[in-house]
Amino acid sequence: MSALSDNLVTFAILTYLIAMISHAVEYALGNARTRVAVASPARELVGAGVGGGGGVIPEPPAPVPPTADGAARRARIAGLVAVGATALAAVLHLAALVTRGLAADRMPWGNMYEFVLTVTFIGVAAWLVVLWKRPLLRKLGLFLTLVMVLLVATAELVLYVPIVPLVPALNSYWFVIHVSTIVFASGIFLLGVVPAVGFLMRNGYEQGKRSFPYTLAKRLPGAVGLERLTFALHAFAFPIFTFAVIAGAIWAEAAWGRPWGWDPKETWAFISWVVYAGYLHARATPSVKRNVATWIAVLGFLTMLMNLFGVNIFFTGLHSYGGLD
Amino acid sequence: MTVVDDRPETVAPAPGRRPNRLLALLRNSWRQLTSMRTALILLFLLAIAAIPGSVLPQRGISPEKVNQYFVDHPDWAPRLDRIGAFEVFGSVWFSAIYLLLFTSLIGCILPRLRDHVRALRSRPPAAPKRMARLPQHTVLPAPAGGTAAIAQVLRKRRWRVEVRGDEVSAEKGYLKETGNLLFHTSLIAVLLGVALGSWYGWSGNRLLVAGADNAFCNTRQQYAEAKLGPRVDSAELPRFCLRLDDFQARFLPSGQPEFFNATVTVDGPDEPTRRADFSVNSPLRLADASVYLLGQGYAPVIRYTDRFGRSQTSTTPFLTTGDMGLTSEGLAAFPDANVDPATGQRAPDQQVAFTGIYLPTAPQKAPFVRSEYPTERNPTLNLVAYRGNLGLDAGIPGSVYQLDQRQVRAGKVKEVGTKLLRKGETWTLDDGTTVEFLGTERYVTLSVRHDPGSTMLLVSCGVLLVGLMGSLFGKRRRVWFRVTSADPTHESPTSGSSLMEVGGLPRTDYPGFADEFAQLVTAVSGADGAAERADTDADSSDRAGVREGTE
Ligand code: HEM
Repeated sequence: MSALSDNLVTFAILTYLIAMISHAVEYALGNARTRVAVASPARELVGAGVGGGGGVIPEPPAPVPPTADGAARRARIAGLVAVGATALAAVLHLAALVTRGLAADRMPWGNMYEFVLTVTFIGVAAWLVVLWKRPLLRKLGLFLTLVMVLLVATAELVLYVPIVPLVPALNSYWFVIHVSTIVFASGIFLLGVVPAVGFLMRNGYEQGKRSFPYTLAKRLPGAVGLERLTFALHAFAFPIFTFAVIAGAIWAEAAWGRPWGWDPKETWAFISWVVYAGYLHARATPSVKRNVATWIAVLGFLTMLMNLFGVNIFFTGLHSYGGLD
Repeated sequence: MTVVDDRPETVAPAPGRRPNRLLALLRNSWRQLTSMRTALILLFLLAIAAIPGSVLPQRGISPEKVNQYFVDHPDWAPRLDRIGAFEVFGSVWFSAIYLLLFTSLIGCILPRLRDHVRALRSRPPAAPKRMARLPQHTVLPAPAGGTAAIAQVLRKRRWRVEVRGDEVSAEKGYLKETGNLLFHTSLIAVLLGVALGSWYGWSGNRLLVAGADNAFCNTRQQYAEAKLGPRVDSAELPRFCLRLDDFQARFLPSGQPEFFNATVTVDGPDEPTRRADFSVNSPLRLADASVYLLGQGYAPVIRYTDRFGRSQTSTTPFLTTGDMGLTSEGLAAFPDANVDPATGQRAPDQQVAFTGIYLPTAPQKAPFVRSEYPTERNPTLNLVAYRGNLGLDAGIPGSVYQLDQRQVRAGKVKEVGTKLLRKGETWTLDDGTTVEFLGTERYVTLSVRHDPGSTMLLVSCGVLLVGLMGSLFGKRRRVWFRVTSADPTHESPTSGSSLMEVGGLPRTDYPGFADEFAQLVTAVSGADGAAERADTDADSSDRAGVREGTE
């Protein structure tokens, strides 16, 4: 079962890779979407979606009429293949987690490897939900699949550990509550960083910047929609993260005798929490520009990464159960 | 967003005759301090200030590592120490940041609380003259019941409604500001809970060996380390005693611990006498304290028989070295050995001590330095014997777990041999005295704590969460209905020919408002063919969003 899980992870990575390549092909096939859209009746929506037209999350373009040119159709097919591959990869990913959990006879969140695997799964699952509701955000998939390939591959190549049961300190129902909510919130934050970066590039592009990273955003959805999605994801994840930290404190009180002890992991959770609170504040402060606020959200995610990788690897504390020596 | 815009921009300047420069300065600083920008900057500073607390070792968590840091960086450490880098979370600068932040917070909450109470008590404002300018707007036939019917539908949907003549104003979503205030206020309560715990709380750590002789009572002296809050008098600690009766541990084949359970007897004036079990994750809860199981290990029982034939037995806990197999190190000292029973004469240079490594499961062949498994499958004690003046009488405090190396270096204590002892074996030293390894006792390391702020912490965290969700997901919005009779004589607004004009204004970023507005209008007009116009302005709320976004 454990070997099956490992194989499934490998297949999932490969499938994410296929999805990423398909997204890249869709991207590379030029202004295909614009042309498709022009061919469709909803002309005015195109201006809103592609140009700087603001908060309109446009309706999906009408099916490509047979007269649409080849590149446009190929781009569309590539995009659909990419979404299909992402969904398939997510299924493999989930299967890998389930088999891992069955093999270990517990929830698959016992060490850093399993943790990253679960967080990335939450991220991709939430992405599929977003895509379901807002199909025109599909082009963001390139960034999402890139993140997935990088993180899942890092998990497999660097963090991999064989299955071991939990140490007694982790064996409590608060552990399940604390870790499941942390994992869930982290997955949403992970997904949130994709539109955040997309927004930053797209916003620059819409303001006329034509240098390297901004040009990538040429075919992204409109900046305002991206920004809104960024906020919605963070606003959703933040209370869950807050709850997870509180649950962690309750668990720490029972396990170690104090709710909060400024252990490195706790310190970094505090830092992330404060930075995300800063993001929500900044977004609510009229005098702070939206791109500044969004940078804070990206920074928040970097602190989460620091907590996940940095703290397990560089520091020792009560929380160091990453499983690496 | 709009909630912020609701707040009066500035405090009205006092109608003073001569502007007092100092007062003006104070007022200005206060205004600055309580602005959103300052709050943002302070939040950032707080995050940055916490970083050294995770990078540098902290006294409160790992004092040994701080000492090690002093050894490794003799030039840097004292300088860092002077700025409080080893006690970041108690340092002046860290405290300054959060105290400023909380001052700002109070200064921010109070006026908002006042405004919010006012808003809750005031009635929804009258409709704007030109409703067509609102983000949501539509005109359609009025329902038969006129304003009364409209108000009823709105009330049913939990809007706050105000009817003025042929106008209906309604507002909803006060929860957002209520939640926000609740959230920010409970942040203050959290801080107070922490403060309460650190002022009135206390804690002590110690090691407890099994057996009746080793019981301890809850006094400050009985702890290896004790921390009492500034408002705690050590005479007031609750009186109880603990005895470790039994300790069970189960391990996996890999040596990883799977299960621990400690059985203790509690008694004392402040606690009913009883037996109790506790474990990692489920502490022993006493009336005014909790007892936490932090660690465990073995205390070898060693009997030394001196040259006068007198035996002494020592049960000394050996400290675990951190490996999976519970390899432990320790010191068994016999300062009273070789006292002449006839004269009572002490021979200070004839004291005896053994340092050693205890291996619960020694490997089959040398080197015997690492235990292979945490339970006692092959208990073996690797001892080094010393004789001389141990320096215990010199009044210099030394560790009970380590031989005083100064005495060794000074040549006052000499090594007289090493030996590997299995359980039950005896070793005869060069002077004919003997040492015998009788077995081991279990010990546990405990933390005994009392935190009077914990209930407050828990409650305020709960309120914080509820408030946060109300704040993030609440949406404040207003709608207005104006019923106009199509008949210019205006005699009967309820006649079938009358129209209603409806306008809606989301007061916070709320992309879904158009849908809600459409639904509301449909409900109000009784769905009699009015729905067709409801979605005309569907995307204008998004335009409003853009406007907000670029503010
Ligand atoms: C102790 C530090 C603080 C923390 C952790 C904190 C956290 C938060 C969070 C997470 C939110 C988002 C909830 C929401 O959007 O409704 C928020 C909103 C808000 N905070 Fe704070 N805050 C702090 C201090 C302050 C201070 C000092 C002020 C006043 C200057 C302030 C004013 C506000 C306002 C007006 C909002 C509402 C924004 C909106 O319209 O959504 N906060 N705060």
